[in-house]
Amino acid sequence: MRALDLKLVRDLRRIWAQGLAIALVLACGVGILVVSTGAQLTLTESRDAYYERQRFADVFATATRVPRTLVPEIERIDGVAQVETRIASYVVLDMPGMLEPAMGRLISLPEAGPPLINMPILRSGRLPDPLRADEIAVTEPFAEAHSLLPGDGFTAILDGQLRRLTVTGLMLSPEFIYTMGPGTLIPDDRRFGILWMGQDGAAAAFDMDGAFNEVVLRLTPGASEDAVIAALDILLEPYGGTGAYGRDGQISHAFLQSELDQLAAIAVVMPPVFLLVAAFLVNMVLGRLIALERQQIGLLKAVGYTTNAVAIHYLKLSAGIGVGGVLIGWAIGAWGAAGMAGLYQDFFRFPYLVYVPSPAAFAASGALGIAAVVIGALRAVRSSVRLSPAVAMSPPAPPKYGRGIVDRLAGPLRLRQTTMMILRSIVRWPGRSVVTLFGVTASVAVLVGSLFTFDAMDEMVDDFFYNANRAQMTVMLSDPRSRGIIEDARALPGVLEVEGHASVPVRLSHGSREQTLRLEGQSGDARLIRVLDPDGRAIHVPPEGIALPATLAREFGLGLGDLVSVELLTPPRETHLLPVTALTRQSMGQDAHMDEAALFRLMRQVPQVNRLNLMVDEAELPALYAQLKQTPAVSGVMLWDETRAQFQEEIQRNLATSVTIFAILGILITFGVVYNAARIQLAERAHELASLRVLGFGKGEVAYVLVGELMLLALAAVPLGWLAGYGFAALIATGLSTEFVSIPLVVSRGTFALATMIVLSAALVSALIVKRRLDRIEIVTALKQKE
Amino acid sequence: MTAARPVFRTIGVTKVYGEGSAAVHALRGVDLDLNEGEMVVLLGASGSGKSTLLNILGALDTPTAGSVFFRDRELTRASDRELTAFRRDHVGFVFQFYNLVPSLTARENVALVTEIARAPMSPAEALERVGLGHRMDHFPAEMSGGEQQRVAIARAIAKRPDVLLCDEPTGALDSKTGVTVLEALEAVNRELGTATAIITHNAGIRRIAHRVIVIADGRIAHIDENAERIAPAEVQW
Repeated sequence: MRALDLKLVRDLRRIWAQGLAIALVLACGVGILVVSTGAQLTLTESRDAYYERQRFADVFATATRVPRTLVPEIERIDGVAQVETRIASYVVLDMPGMLEPAMGRLISLPEAGPPLINMPILRSGRLPDPLRADEIAVTEPFAEAHSLLPGDGFTAILDGQLRRLTVTGLMLSPEFIYTMGPGTLIPDDRRFGILWMGQDGAAAAFDMDGAFNEVVLRLTPGASEDAVIAALDILLEPYGGTGAYGRDGQISHAFLQSELDQLAAIAVVMPPVFLLVAAFLVNMVLGRLIALERQQIGLLKAVGYTTNAVAIHYLKLSAGIGVGGVLIGWAIGAWGAAGMAGLYQDFFRFPYLVYVPSPAAFAASGALGIAAVVIGALRAVRSSVRLSPAVAMSPPAPPKYGRGIVDRLAGPLRLRQTTMMILRSIVRWPGRSVVTLFGVTASVAVLVGSLFTFDAMDEMVDDFFYNANRAQMTVMLSDPRSRGIIEDARALPGVLEVEGHASVPVRLSHGSREQTLRLEGQSGDARLIRVLDPDGRAIHVPPEGIALPATLAREFGLGLGDLVSVELLTPPRETHLLPVTALTRQSMGQDAHMDEAALFRLMRQVPQVNRLNLMVDEAELPALYAQLKQTPAVSGVMLWDETRAQFQEEIQRNLATSVTIFAILGILITFGVVYNAARIQLAERAHELASLRVLGFGKGEVAYVLVGELMLLALAAVPLGWLAGYGFAALIATGLSTEFVSIPLVVSRGTFALATMIVLSAALVSALIVKRRLDRIEIVTALKQKE
Repeated sequence: MTAARPVFRTIGVTKVYGEGSAAVHALRGVDLDLNEGEMVVLLGASGSGKSTLLNILGALDTPTAGSVFFRDRELTRASDRELTAFRRDHVGFVFQFYNLVPSLTARENVALVTEIARAPMSPAEALERVGLGHRMDHFPAEMSGGEQQRVAIARAIAKRPDVLLCDEPTGALDSKTGVTVLEALEAVNRELGTATAIITHNAGIRRIAHRVIVIADGRIAHIDENAERIAPAEVQW
């Protein structure tokens, strides 16, 4: 090995602790990049392969009742490759061992064989006999949650009739990678499942002989989805079509996509912070090392090494740290991505979800990591290696301190001299102080930006479960009923309060934007289901016009008083221009609201209800459940207390893990920055600090100069971190908001406090680690070193 | 002038650095008294052990064997905390390389000590005594070597120490500035009665002291008393 390389290896060994501190920060950036891109790739590839193999549909449409004779017309639509029709309906299930009713989505299978589109995968057992109305296949997760095996059975209400069903097989479907029941927020495999039944059985059960109510299409390559949807809507309109949609509007697909978008957002937002901090750290540490080795550099050049050779020597040193960081980051990344894939298996049901290491992610993160440290090193290297050998070999001029702001502060505040040393040092080395300041700011920001999601979740739960929806239970009706049903419901056991609600599917359009959503009617005396204004206050929607979610209005470029076109997707299927008369806040889902009376005037119908919201006496729940399980008009029951409990439990379960991961990230940045700053201070000021000991200052008093400066900078960085963190949170809230969920930008004091506590503790511990070195310094030895 | 009562007394002080075959015997049993108000010069070749002795007297270092007494207190039995307090209350140090805090002005460097001392003089008074009343608000980098050394002396005497220990105080200075530093030390000794020990290998300085202690090879070779002292200005450099 060449002498210069030997020096390199030994230098690296000597500064291992500082190098490691930098490498760990770098590793975070590299690791996050590898995890997020790896997980993206894994999900995308698994999804695409699954979709392709199981022929996932491109377009979906629902109607009331369509004669099968319409199928050839659908097939003739330009761009349609394949058509499949089916009968689908929500059903109430009476599961063994479950007091409350569960819900299912029953879907018919073709007359013979498996479906050609959205082909389910049979995991065990067999498909139901197409001719038998008492055989079904169910989704595997639902079966697992109820320990169902082929041959087991349970009871369901099919179109008002209690039926005993026997499970013949367990399936997975590309349509239900993410299975979410209506009105819920996360999959609940116990309370919601998919049921497949033979065509004849389903047709008989739902009185759909020769008819269907759902159609799915595969398109030819290059076909225009919008054109097909438009043509299909025209065909289905007379049969109660509620508007066709593409994959974007399919819940399972949309949730998977939003997860992918989140990963992409993380990959873009987070790593740069870490890479930047690492670059600054390398700059700082290498700058210091080079300053120390100034005379050696002079000597090297004096004996004939070129400026480039010397520069490359130091760049190699930084690259050494970079390689260490990249390797650690790769290890973290590979481990984390595999872990993520496992985690996804809980949420997304793929038949196989194999972690695919992405060579591109490894290569790109590695290159970025090394580039960050080398760029950080460049500036430090350039200034020093240019010195002529003679200048380099003479000791550098002593640091010059000057009078300035510190002195104006000192007089009136009667600061101690040790405090003056702290202040002057900060002012004298502004670059170094800024790196410390920036690093600590970044860690506070990363923590605030990550931990805020829990505040947002809290607010969403508050909004959704406490402010907007105060009902304990919602009963879905299989068909719209007259308001008389409200009185019937009041007679059910344990029912204390009943409100009837109605909603219709509509298509909003404004300019080039178009969106299908539900238009909810709000009656003047509604107490259980409330509409919130953008500040979270309950409001009554104005008697005229339409109220839109503020987020949607913004997307559409609509303000109060603007006209929006509202197409009713149920009879009489008219299009109206309505003024936007109120804006609403909705964290989950996007619904438009209208005064109920106005809605039915618009529809030229007597008021009807398709949902009942209840307050109930908990003591009588068993009786109520038993009754609901047998009530023909009921197609589903949502139990809000349970949903909320499940949602919060899920959040709590993730909270500890997430806080730990983000705390580690924050701590690593803080440690990297503060530890390095402290080591540099110690190296440069050992002599000065030893003099203080000679003068009779105790160890604690001397440490105050070192630790005090770093803690002062850390404290100053905290409010900056709060600001940056808030900005970070805003970015993330926007990035994570989807058509279904809009993440509110709320950061609680608790989050600011927790972030601050974590970072300041980490800073203090890092500084104290260096203080131990300071304590061990031999005064005599330190004094012998020349200034 | 030779006072009877010793400020320092060392008995059989030995200092060994390292172990086994690599062991270096810096001091090999030194018995010495340093008296109240006395000015002594420690002379010796480089490596003779004089700095080690001074560091041990000033509680910057501890002996391997032997005892050191400051008045009636045995320093060799004191804890680290007690030694720190001892330095703070009783000892002033002056080094060859000044050891000023570069980020503090002359006045602030002195204040560094007066803030923690029990009955200090004001920084201004201490600086006046070494003739730097007009340079109080300058930073070390803005001063000459002699001026910096006089700030160090001002800092050392501001606490009114019982003893002033100076390790090569003129070692880095030319003769003219060296004289100003010696004059400052002599004035402090005379006016405040501070016992002063000065290490030097400049034999010319010996004649300003009451006693000259010559150290060689870790032992006291001999001690000379000066019948006639000379003023620092008369020192042959």
